[in-house]
Amino acid sequence: MPQLLSNEARALIDREVAKYPAEHKRSAVMGALRIAQTEHRWLSEELVAEVADYLQMAPVAVYEVASFYNMYDLKPVGRYKLTVCTNLPCALSGGVTAAEYLKQKLGIGFGETTADGKFTLVEGECMGACGSAPVMLVNNHKMCASMTPDEIDKKLGELE
Amino acid sequence: MTVYVKGIVFENVDFDLPRCWSIDQYIQRGGYAALKKIVAEKIAPEAVIEEVKASGLRGRGGAGFPTGLKWTFLPKGYVGQKYLVCNTDEGEPGTFKDRDILAYNPHAVIEGMILAAWATGATVGYNYIHGEIFELYQQFEAAIEEARAAGFLGDNILGSSFSFQLHAHHGYGAYICGEESALLESIEGKKGQPRYKPPFPAVVGLYGKPTIINNTETFASIPWILRNSGQEFQALGKPNSGGTKLFSVSGHVNRPGNYEIPLGTPFAELLDMAGGMRGGKKLKAVIPGGSSAPVLPADIAMNLTMDFDAIAKAGSMLGSGAVIVMDETVCMVKALERLSYFYFEESCGQCTPCREGTGWLYRIVHRIEHGEGRPEDLELLASIGDNIAGRTICALGDAAVLPVRGMLKHFRDEFEYHIANKRCLVG
Repeated sequence: MPQLLSNEARALIDREVAKYPAEHKRSAVMGALRIAQTEHRWLSEELVAEVADYLQMAPVAVYEVASFYNMYDLKPVGRYKLTVCTNLPCALSGGVTAAEYLKQKLGIGFGETTADGKFTLVEGECMGACGSAPVMLVNNHKMCASMTPDEIDKKLGELE
Repeated sequence: MTVYVKGIVFENVDFDLPRCWSIDQYIQRGGYAALKKIVAEKIAPEAVIEEVKASGLRGRGGAGFPTGLKWTFLPKGYVGQKYLVCNTDEGEPGTFKDRDILAYNPHAVIEGMILAAWATGATVGYNYIHGEIFELYQQFEAAIEEARAAGFLGDNILGSSFSFQLHAHHGYGAYICGEESALLESIEGKKGQPRYKPPFPAVVGLYGKPTIINNTETFASIPWILRNSGQEFQALGKPNSGGTKLFSVSGHVNRPGNYEIPLGTPFAELLDMAGGMRGGKKLKAVIPGGSSAPVLPADIAMNLTMDFDAIAKAGSMLGSGAVIVMDETVCMVKALERLSYFYFEESCGQCTPCREGTGWLYRIVHRIEHGEGRPEDLELLASIGDNIAGRTICALGDAAVLPVRGMLKHFRDEFEYHIANKRCLVG
């Protein structure tokens, strides 16, 4: 089978593994899945199996983790996954407005991807940044604060 | 926005300085002085714990358990591996203080953990960081490297025989991992499902070993306490609520942000600091301690002081210090609908009362909000709540019920109006 994880990704996973006692290698699974997803955009069954093999875990144990935590994607997503928090503190400061604006602008609902495969829109739960509402995450790792419609336009324009 | 009024976590932090988080800046602010002193003078671990006890510091993550006391729960005379864990899995809606601590003063957390390791004999520690603040996870890893390079972390700290290894571990989207035993499961590479207690983590924790878990703000308070004194820290707050605290103010205020103030400060003053009500509107309600805390109406909130005892007496809780402010335009049914959805979405599914009950709560509040409520629904909500609370392994079940009870206690008329008139009282 062809190797899906690059050598760079494997080196990054090794760094995670080194954080834990040698007999508890599986502790690195969350980091390893994040590294795999960052490289491949989403976690296919084959990719999950390769992570399992690399960490000497049963594929089902890795899948269990990947399916439990919301930020792992087990289905294809667009080039840019936009996650907007609509929880109460954010909603009081424009979180729902931001989400509605994105839906209308991109022509998609939550959990959907634009036809050109560029954007996926996701409804998120608390990101621990309620003071900067509305908050949007781009591809899980880049947090954008105070996302008024103008700021959303600006941000979308920057994403190629 | 972060505003330092009076306190210890952000003392002397210049938020506008681009690298105010770095080790050089931290040392200039007096950082790592407590560690140097304790290592040089070989201060007994018991004395360190006594100082923390004297401070009256209570856990800043939500439960408010006395920190020094927690540290004494490790089995006496235990020989073998012990762990130290910092809980930065900050996902209680309304709470965003630990994020700012990692952004502006991560070395206070690192030094606090090293000092706790000295006091407890733990030799390995992990900081579990909310996945949604990934950039700060990366910055924290950089801060760890700075501390290691300076000789404050790793083997033979400052040339002594004391060693402590610290690593960062990230979450990836699961509110439940803020629960300490779920967090431990998560570090072990599993689903974050809470464990039965007892045994408590201090006895059987990470990898089955004795483990101390504290919140980020708690650890960040330790260096100041040991640099000054427990007594001085206690004196900053109120009896039974020692010290200062970060309050995350969100919602309908002009300046949402973190405010570090003495415990016992009147809510009315905090509201003023946050710029008062946005658009000059009238205050309707306040959730004083994160989304799990029962809501309080304006008249109670305006007479409240922000400390553990006063908020408990008013029928709510200080929790994580997240203050969600709502003005007169907020429909309480709609507000509760969103909160109930959150607990339904985040229930880990392990205990039937919570897995099923949170869905029932959400669906009933949802139908009331959408004009399909039935006259018996309010009794049904109360009954479901009684069948969740206290019947689950962890506190998420209770956390889902408390907001429902608070809303029905103080704003029952709005729910009744919704059911009777199929529309909202506030427009």
